Amino acid sequence: MYEQIASNRRRTWLLIAGAVILLGAVGYALGLIWQSGPAGLVIALVVAIALSIGSYAYGDRVVLASTRARPVTPDEQPRLHNIVEGLSIAAGIPKPRVYVVPEVAPNAFATGRDPDHASIAVTDGLLKTMSRVELEGVVGHELAHVVDRDILVGTVVATLAGAVILLSEFFTRSWWWGGFRGRRGGDRGGGGAEAIIFAVGIVLLILAPIFAQIIRFSVSRQREYLADAQGALLTRYPPGLASALRKIGAASGIPMHSANNATAHLWLNQPSRVEGERMGSLERLFSTHPPIEERIRRLEEM
Amino acid sequence: MPAWGWVVVAVVVIALVAAVLIYNRLVALRNRVDNGWSQIDVQLRRRYDLIPNLVRTVQGYAAHERGLFESVTEARARAIDASAVADQADAENQITQGLRKLMAVAEAYPDLKANEGFLALQEELTGTESKIAYARQFYNDQVMRLNTLIGSFPSSVIAGTFGFREREFFDIEDPARAPATVEFS
Repeated sequence: MYEQIASNRRRTWLLIAGAVILLGAVGYALGLIWQSGPAGLVIALVVAIALSIGSYAYGDRVVLASTRARPVTPDEQPRLHNIVEGLSIAAGIPKPRVYVVPEVAPNAFATGRDPDHASIAVTDGLLKTMSRVELEGVVGHELAHVVDRDILVGTVVATLAGAVILLSEFFTRSWWWGGFRGRRGGDRGGGGAEAIIFAVGIVLLILAPIFAQIIRFSVSRQREYLADAQGALLTRYPPGLASALRKIGAASGIPMHSANNATAHLWLNQPSRVEGERMGSLERLFSTHPPIEERIRRLEEM
Repeated sequence: MPAWGWVVVAVVVIALVAAVLIYNRLVALRNRVDNGWSQIDVQLRRRYDLIPNLVRTVQGYAAHERGLFESVTEARARAIDASAVADQADAENQITQGLRKLMAVAEAYPDLKANEGFLALQEELTGTESKIAYARQFYNDQVMRLNTLIGSFPSSVIAGTFGFREREFFDIEDPARAPATVEFS
């Protein structure tokens, strides 16, 4: 456990250093192209450092807002609050803040930078479909992520990589539609501004898959198994989580509206924006979760 | 200083650093044990607070179960007054048993089961019972770690010097892991 915490701290620093170096290099390259001297490098470094500090300090709020999570009181959700409080006692950490995400698909995630600043969010669908022991299993898994500081890496990577991924999606979309409209109108008059947007778009297009790889490296599949095992150690009842995972697997065809590639790794189970069993091609590129059947099998062997 | 002198100095420094680390670990564990104990206490107190309400609610529907109400109320009083760990554990077990029977009785009254006040009390009781179990689990885990450290060499020397004592496990029945008599859905 202490090794996990140390390793996650190290990963977070590596991640931040990597992002600063990468963005700095891009800024430097753009500065060379436009012959504007070190301005590009300076701007890129300032942006990268601001992003890093922001994602460390406010990453949990960004993640919660992006999923439209709503804080709930013990009066609204007594069962959920009782379970979170009980398992926090078992784990020896303060009780995290409790949120509910308005989604039909059963799923859950935890975010924050350490156990003192942690939040746990579950979807409406999870509350509706799970029995008490199943809900305990899910909450136990999320609290294991909190204890191990997986939430620190997960949140920083979500907001750091998320900023780049969101920008690249924005650029490629606006570029695609813009190009489409331009061709149809036969208007070919492109100015310098368009060239700049084009260049930035290309750069981000190249960066996006790199960041996807970074997410996959940062949040290994191994830690999902580990959190399953540690969660089961908290509840002392592995079949609870196994049964919850079975229900979640059966409902994996239900799309999640707030699913996006930057936060997918945080969820208990890989969310999908596309209806049906199959993931979108871009979503598969960002796949970070081990197959649910394998997780169930390991829980049943405990 | 000759070479062997430096070796002696190095050994003494290493021993001192190790002693300080072990001492700090003992203090940290002792605090965790104390914290675990107070967590159990908080949850047990919450259960004491729930009992009068619960008894009153069930009484309204099943007044003839007098013996059961009295035994739960009496056990509650005994648990609150208990000073020794073993006495308290005994009284807590009696409360757990009594509450389990109380909920089984409630099972026979559909009107009671539909009563919203009762449903809220029931969720509070289930939640509190499992929190007691979790607090006890945490406390016993920490006690085991403390006792292991105190019992094993070389930490036993530091523990002996500074008066760290082994702690007692808190053995009450595990209400949360018992068959789900308290939980109906």
